Amino acid sequence: MSKGESKDIQSQDTEAEPCPCKEGMTPDAIDPVRRKFLFSAVAATTVGAMAPSVSVAANKKAVTPGAVEYDVADDPTKVMGRALHEDSGYGTRSQFETEIRTKADNPSDITSWTFTPLAATLGNLTPSGLHFERHHGGIPTIDPSRHELIVHGLVDTAKKFTLSELKSLPSITRKYFIECSGNTLGEWAKPTGKSVQITHGLLSTSEWTGVPFATLARHVGLKENAAWVLAEGADAAVMTRSIPIDKLMSDALIAYGQNGEALRPEQGYPLRLVLPGYEGNTQIKWLRRLQVSDRPFMTKEETSKYSDLMKDGRSKLFTLSMDAKSVITFPSGDMLLPKPGYYEIRGFAWTGRGRIHTVDISLNGGKAWVPAHIDSVPEPMSSVRFSFPWVWDGKPAILQSRCSDDTGYVQPSRAELLPLRGLNSVYHYNAIQSWAVASDGKVTNVHV
Amino acid sequence: MFTSRIIGAALAISLASALAFAQSREISVGTPVSPQELAKYFAVQPGGAGLPSGRGTRDKGRELYVERCAHCHGEKLEGIHEAAGPALIGGRGTLTSDKPLQTVESYWPYASTLYDYIWRAMPFDNPGSLTTDEVYSLVSYILNEGNVIKSEELDAESLSKVVMPNVDNFYQSLGPDLRIYRSSDVKGGGK
Repeated sequence: MSKGESKDIQSQDTEAEPCPCKEGMTPDAIDPVRRKFLFSAVAATTVGAMAPSVSVAANKKAVTPGAVEYDVADDPTKVMGRALHEDSGYGTRSQFETEIRTKADNPSDITSWTFTPLAATLGNLTPSGLHFERHHGGIPTIDPSRHELIVHGLVDTAKKFTLSELKSLPSITRKYFIECSGNTLGEWAKPTGKSVQITHGLLSTSEWTGVPFATLARHVGLKENAAWVLAEGADAAVMTRSIPIDKLMSDALIAYGQNGEALRPEQGYPLRLVLPGYEGNTQIKWLRRLQVSDRPFMTKEETSKYSDLMKDGRSKLFTLSMDAKSVITFPSGDMLLPKPGYYEIRGFAWTGRGRIHTVDISLNGGKAWVPAHIDSVPEPMSSVRFSFPWVWDGKPAILQSRCSDDTGYVQPSRAELLPLRGLNSVYHYNAIQSWAVASDGKVTNVHV
Repeated sequence: MFTSRIIGAALAISLASALAFAQSREISVGTPVSPQELAKYFAVQPGGAGLPSGRGTRDKGRELYVERCAHCHGEKLEGIHEAAGPALIGGRGTLTSDKPLQTVESYWPYASTLYDYIWRAMPFDNPGSLTTDEVYSLVSYILNEGNVIKSEELDAESLSKVVMPNVDNFYQSLGPDLRIYRSSDVKGGGK
């Protein structure tokens, strides 16, 4: 991606994004690709000197990231379609699907994040190319034939494992969500995110394939006093986090597969530590080393960051599991309902401590609750889809969702969460989200 | 006789596969690594485990800081937001305020973390390029500027004895937020 293109995407962040769910429900009916096209045409008439290059841009429609632009026939039944394998054997999405990860507005794109367009994803799994990102030293390019995983420390035999050795071991495949513990961090004091992509888009769900850590443990042998394990990445941040051995021995995966293919580079190619339900930062990407110890390492990312500052000035370390959380993705912030009538409320719920048990919906800011439908099968540490049929009468409404998990934990309201945490703990905000629908159909982020 | 031969063959096959199965459970995957191979990796823990030998000085640290660090972290270690470099010192007494300033001086619980992080990931534009002596010098400079230590030299022994000002204000919290289950703590809750 060129500098100019990335600037284009950034500028879209601040603009009102059209409703990504349904045609005709947008504050601005012009889609981003067409808007870009119009802008080019205007530029062509005003900047004479630039005319040759700009006219080329004006004749050629902008290409959606991840798509190939093809001519569109008036009647596709009267023109032969294109031959197979023109894509050289790896397919792309339709040129009409324009949703992208948007960037956070940070000083450096080397240490920053992108948001998954939650309102536009269909079903429960996040397409690998739309999985949210958080990098601390950029995305490394790693040759898998030169990559090894070292396991050492309090073990009987320190060993290194090649990718092919890891792939030769019995694997398991599970669907797990990953959520950055900084997801929704802008909402502690006041509503700041305009859309659900910004408020909750540091959440994605994938099907992960890999080797249980417990299997590797048998091949190196753990000492009696093994209690914590340092996981280290092969990126420029040489990211490190300490993980309790109990977690590693219960369900941790050394993952090499994501949604049926190798991990994407942004997700840790060729190896990632997957820790179901744990905060995303602990699920070390580009995993190269596991050092077994009798105590935590107190790395920079588990002390100076990813620790939760409480009101009394003390800080919690190792708040690792993600608490139950849910959000309505339709209708949600920055959308417009064109008229009163029937709408299907839709959203996601997830918990880092087991399965989602219930999801409730409120249409009046939490005064009354009714059960939502759960539209996918609840699996441990995975997200579920929920929905609720709603006939909007055209009066102002405040839409909320609230979930519970099978430990009995209930997602808190802001009134419940804030007295416990204060406003400065940054991480692990999981309060109930409110979307206000005004009588003119505009949907905005509000706190109640 | 023909039948018994078949049975014998079948027995031999099943015995062989049982043996193969028993054998496969003994197969060892992975290659042992030598201490020499492990030497290039490190992780420093509170108490000093993992610290390399060598030493540095505050004055050498100041020189290095100006040259390698100040363009992101500021000449006075105050941080430069546009350069993505956080403040390294200051902020004591702000942790209970509306705008807590969390720096090495005011927040970080362990000096070992500072050594480990500079060694592995700094400077941001040239990570992992500092020698172990240079890292000791930079840690000495930052801790001196933050009034955490008042000594010119720093080595593994003296660094492992440094007590950070905020160390007692951290606690481990692995489980769920238990207070959320206590209705008496909830103000205006129950929605």
